Amino acid sequence: MSKRIDVKDLNVYYGDFLAVEDVSINIEAKSVTAFIGPSGCGKSTFLRTLNRMHEVIPGARVEGEVLLDGDNLYGPGVDPVAVRSQIGMVFQRPNPFPTMSIRDNVLAGVKLNNKKISKGEADVLVERSLKGANLWNEVKDRLEKPGSGLSGGQQQRLCIARAIAVEPQVILMDEPCSALDPISTLAIEDLINELKDQYTVVIVTHNMQQAARVSDRTAFFNIAGTGKPGKLIEYGDTHTIFSNPVQKATEDYVSGRFG
Amino acid sequence: MTATPLTSTQGAGRAGDKVFSGAALAAGCLILAVLFGVALFLVVQAIPALTAPADKIQGGQGFFAYIWPIVIGTLIAAVIALVIATPIAIGVALFISHFAPRSLASGLGYVVDLLAAIPSVVYGAWGAAFLAKEIAPAYGWLADNMGGLPIFEGPASTTGKTILTAGIVLAVMVLPIITSLSREIFLQTPKLHEEAALALGATRWEMIKMAVLPFARPGIISAVMLGLGRALGETMAVALVLSSGALTASLIQSGNQTIAAEIALNFPEASGIKVSTLIAAGLVLFIITLAVNMIARWVITRHKEFSGAN
Repeated sequence: MSKRIDVKDLNVYYGDFLAVEDVSINIEAKSVTAFIGPSGCGKSTFLRTLNRMHEVIPGARVEGEVLLDGDNLYGPGVDPVAVRSQIGMVFQRPNPFPTMSIRDNVLAGVKLNNKKISKGEADVLVERSLKGANLWNEVKDRLEKPGSGLSGGQQQRLCIARAIAVEPQVILMDEPCSALDPISTLAIEDLINELKDQYTVVIVTHNMQQAARVSDRTAFFNIAGTGKPGKLIEYGDTHTIFSNPVQKATEDYVSGRFG
Repeated sequence: MTATPLTSTQGAGRAGDKVFSGAALAAGCLILAVLFGVALFLVVQAIPALTAPADKIQGGQGFFAYIWPIVIGTLIAAVIALVIATPIAIGVALFISHFAPRSLASGLGYVVDLLAAIPSVVYGAWGAAFLAKEIAPAYGWLADNMGGLPIFEGPASTTGKTILTAGIVLAVMVLPIITSLSREIFLQTPKLHEEAALALGATRWEMIKMAVLPFARPGIISAVMLGLGRALGETMAVALVLSSGALTASLIQSGNQTIAAEIALNFPEASGIKVSTLIAAGLVLFIITLAVNMIARWVITRHKEFSGAN
């Protein structure tokens, strides 16, 4: 489990508007890659093209290639539904299904496509996924309660449990801690460190300390001005990006002298 | 600039507050007063019929014997209408909210809203003059081929003016109500939940089953109840379409009657105890509608914990 992603010359458009220009990047398997940059620089947009979630927005399209272990996600005949079942996603705000119990939330992805699963297998999977998301001890006595009754941080870990229950190759996280308090954030960061043993993790974050703490490699995105496309400025080992970046813009941003 | 004392507030703003809260309170009280007034009127006027000796009531066997066949007839017509209209309405609403391209969706939504604006007498005329005639051969076929079922027992009506035709006309009438309410609810589904489902690898239909329908469930129930309210109380269309008669299980023979149509057809020439009987029938209809709404409320609140409101 876990595959690498290679992006070649990717342009992302909303209608005629070029939102992200000419990104090429190689994301290693079983590592944590962080995308940082100012608001509106296209890092979230770019993240969403990695599992074709940008297609939810009418008019969004891409040019270029995204290769998952060599298979082009945008090749002819590729089903976005199949892509998303291999590349899971965790969102900015926790979004467990409010009408489902904690247990059903974890199983939501597994039960898709009419897959049948016995109760015993389901129990094992629920426990494994919730343990994998460091949530098991907190919820094991109330699995039949609604997921929306948990705290924000617990809900976000429930969403991670839901994502890993389908055993994806890659997990994308779009600012997963931005709605959480520092303690919940710490819990998620610890979890990310454990997840990379099994999965390829890509995380978008506004918090540079977070990028420095959790990621192996960091990509810095920037935008020249309003209405201009976002670009990948620099990509390298997290240590290098934060201590000795090549580009002036990167150094300004990571040292807080941006803008 | 001097500090404003905490104890005084500016006169104009405070007066506006008072006027507004007073107006809102008055409006709220008015609704209750109207409802109470109607209920009181129905009860007072119905008492003579409810207490009269059995042989004075139409049919000669007391009020209960008079009312129950038309209660059943009312329910049959309303149930037919909902069974036909609900799935179609939800399908149309989903198509408009989640499947149709934006340009088509707004046009279609407008047409559906327009359907609700057609007066019921027009639907009644259409049902009586066109639909009944066209559908009569189908009733003949049903009687020939499925006559074993009590609801399709022959001989079929040759005019087509049956309770099933009335139910179909009612279905067309409640369709726009259920559709437009459901569509509004579907459009309010949080993007967050739709994306959660899609990101797990759900197809569009699976996303709808996972995120949209559970979220919309209470709204759909409310929409269906509003539709049911209209179907139960609809008068003109039923009066025009249905060739009424005694209660019968077969939906394709003439016969059956609904409370609303019974009242409308008989009220102009009624006098004395007969007026009282019809008003008592109205009271029964009022109670049925009230009961239906309370059941709907109960169904909705039963699942409150999982509604996402917490």
